[in-house]
Amino acid sequence: MKIVVTVKQVPDPNATQGLESDNTIARDREVVLDPGDEYGIEEGLVLKEAQGGEVILVSMGPERARDAIRKGLSMGADRGILITDEQLAGADALLTAKALAAAIKAESPDLVICATESYDGSTGMVPPMLAELLDMPQLTTAKQVEVSGSKVTIHRQTEDGYQVVEAETPALVTVTAGIAEPRYASLKGIMAARSKEVKQVGLSDLGIEKGEAAETVLAVNDAEARQAGEVVEDDGSVGVEKIMAVLQTAKVV
Amino acid sequence: MDLVRDTVRRFAEKEVLPHLEEWETRGEVPHDLHRKAAALGLMDTDLLTGMTVSEELIRAGASSGLCAALFTHGIAIPHIRNAGDPAQIARWVTPTLAGEKIGALAVTEPDAGSDVARLRTRAVRQGDHYVVNGAKTFITSGCRADFVTTAVRTGGEGYQGVSLLVIEKGTPGFTVSRKLQKMGWLCSDTAELAFQDARVPVENLVGEEGTGFLQLMRNFQSERIGLAVSAYATAGRCVDLALDWARQRETFGRKLAERQVIRHKLAEMARRADVAREYTLAVARRLDAGEEVTLQVSMAKNTAVEAAEFCAYQALQIFGGAGYMRESEVERHYRDVRILAIGGGTTEIMNEVIAARLGL
Ligand SMILES: Cc1cc2nc3c(=O)[nH]c(=O)nc-3n(C[C@H](O)[C@H](O)[C@H](O)COP(=O)(O)OP(=O)(O)OC[C@H]3O[C@@H](n4cnc5c(N)ncnc54)[C@H](O)[C@@H]3O)c2cc1C
Ligand SMILES: Cc1cc2nc3c(=O)[nH]c(=O)nc-3n(C[C@H](O)[C@H](O)[C@H](O)COP(=O)(O)OP(=O)(O)OC[C@H]3O[C@@H](n4cnc5c(N)ncnc54)[C@H](O)[C@@H]3O)c2cc1C
Repeated sequence: MKIVVTVKQVPDPNATQGLESDNTIARDREVVLDPGDEYGIEEGLVLKEAQGGEVILVSMGPERARDAIRKGLSMGADRGILITDEQLAGADALLTAKALAAAIKAESPDLVICATESYDGSTGMVPPMLAELLDMPQLTTAKQVEVSGSKVTIHRQTEDGYQVVEAETPALVTVTAGIAEPRYASLKGIMAARSKEVKQVGLSDLGIEKGEAAETVLAVNDAEARQAGEVVEDDGSVGVEKIMAVLQTAKVV
Repeated sequence: MDLVRDTVRRFAEKEVLPHLEEWETRGEVPHDLHRKAAALGLMDTDLLTGMTVSEELIRAGASSGLCAALFTHGIAIPHIRNAGDPAQIARWVTPTLAGEKIGALAVTEPDAGSDVARLRTRAVRQGDHYVVNGAKTFITSGCRADFVTTAVRTGGEGYQGVSLLVIEKGTPGFTVSRKLQKMGWLCSDTAELAFQDARVPVENLVGEEGTGFLQLMRNFQSERIGLAVSAYATAGRCVDLALDWARQRETFGRKLAERQVIRHKLAEMARRADVAREYTLAVARRLDAGEEVTLQVSMAKNTAVEAAEFCAYQALQIFGGAGYMRESEVERHYRDVRILAIGGGTTEIMNEVIAARLGL
């Protein structure tokens, strides 16, 4: 089975975040492989270990996004494709999806795995666009994935349980955190990753053009500040009832 | 982040930090931790990678004591590996690097510490066995060890009479006579060992008879670098903890970090930690390249130990009363740091090495 996992490099969640003057995410800081994509890689590796095959990582980003691929390779993925091009700087979701789709199509995978949304942009739009461009069914927010023959079945996380959804491969699956605990690279894996192939391609290699941006961020506003909470004074007699009343109004009990 | 550091940090966060307090109380780390570390490749490293591993473990919140317990193989197996006997390597080196066996190195005796050449544990050859009599003390991982690389006297007085013999757990006449209670390094078990007519097969002799002292000396260099790493990493960790605290803690209406006295303390700490680190790394690279750097290794150890003592002391001072509490991490480092000036050659012995190479 040939599995493609999309991997994005994002600003380190542990570092302070910021925006540039044009409302794009500031990238002049520590970057890491998106923690969400580590779940995708883990799931890809689990499926490969069970069924054999190959896990290919595809990332779009600047030169240094190679480090994100390298990390996935040290976890055990087989090879990587880095899409990088000056014209792609500040790409919106559609352009991102077009570039990824072109690179993935060339691989004809059985399964494409994405995270549900990225840590930084978090529009969650790339995977559905990608599925459309690849002409694949998409199975979203999977907390469990099974492949049997040419059928992929997932447990789709919902608010109060899960749905069992299946599709024919090739298909695209988005996975949620918690699908599997991402392994961490062994020192041997890190050594081995140094000699694994990472192919670099640009827009012209993929035969696509930049075109007009489909999406522009017009403004960024702070979320509404949280209101001060309600203080329940307890004189030793009524505290519990008052708290119960508050919880019942909020419908949490 | 560097991939090796990332792996070590996750290992620390998942496998070590949640249990460290329990291990400190119990007085040892579980054998399973060795297997987990080995599975990630943390045991079988070259010198420089090993330094990164130990440093990152400590910087992530583990301790020099944990490194001493988990990486005792760093002092227990190099002699066996270097001696090159395939049977010995298969029996002790390979399983230890896989985390299956735990090794210890026993040199120190009640009457012979710094003065290694005075050791008195005797091994007398009888046919195809050595009969060993004597005692060893302060032996790291000695309680848990499956085998102990032991310095014994097979010949006459002086260093030429010393040999290395691997003595396995379960050898009749070999017992762990005591588990020692310590000031720090609480998660690292430390043993007193007794040998009473312990019969050890001659195949367990490491290298030639009479070369034990030289084998020990050769490995003291990397052991001392290892202790220097524990020291500068502890120093760095204490800087991290103190910085964090100084930014949060408010007194008389201002953050500690705004007080010049505290700022300068932190600047001094950071300087010493960083200088110790860079110097030790530079020396380690030369050692790794095969250069003769005995003088510099001794200087690195003393410099790093000094930095660690200074930083642990000042970090605790910046924490105030909270730093004196058992539940605070700096309190642990404060106790753990004290051994670093004693183990692997004391500060005074390092200075003797330096002085001798200055032609004194
Ligand atoms: C305020 C704001 C500022 C932004 N600034 C920038 C910016 O400076 N630079 C920038 O690149 N984007 C930026 N974006 C995001 C941009 O608009 C696109 O949304 C982005 O390129 C991809 O979408 P996403 O990150 O929301 O991905 P999602 O659709 O949330 O991503 C879901 C999954 O798709 C995959 N995926 C997404 N992008 C990639 C990729 N590049 N390579 C491989 N896999 C991928 C990953 O598996 C990811 O987890 C910004 C968005 C906002 C809202
Ligand atoms: C926690 C812990 C773990 C240890 N682990 C091991 C282990 O795994 N294996 C092992 O073999 N040993 C181990 N040791 C022993 C350690 O190596 C010795 O304690 C150390 O070498 C010092 O020897 P000593 O304790 O006999 O002190 P001594 O040699 O008696 O020294 C006492 C003091 O005198 C000073 N001194 C000695 N000689 C001179 C001199 N010529 N000039 C000036 N001052 C001098 C010393 O610096 C020291 O301050 C461990 C010790 C501890 C505390």
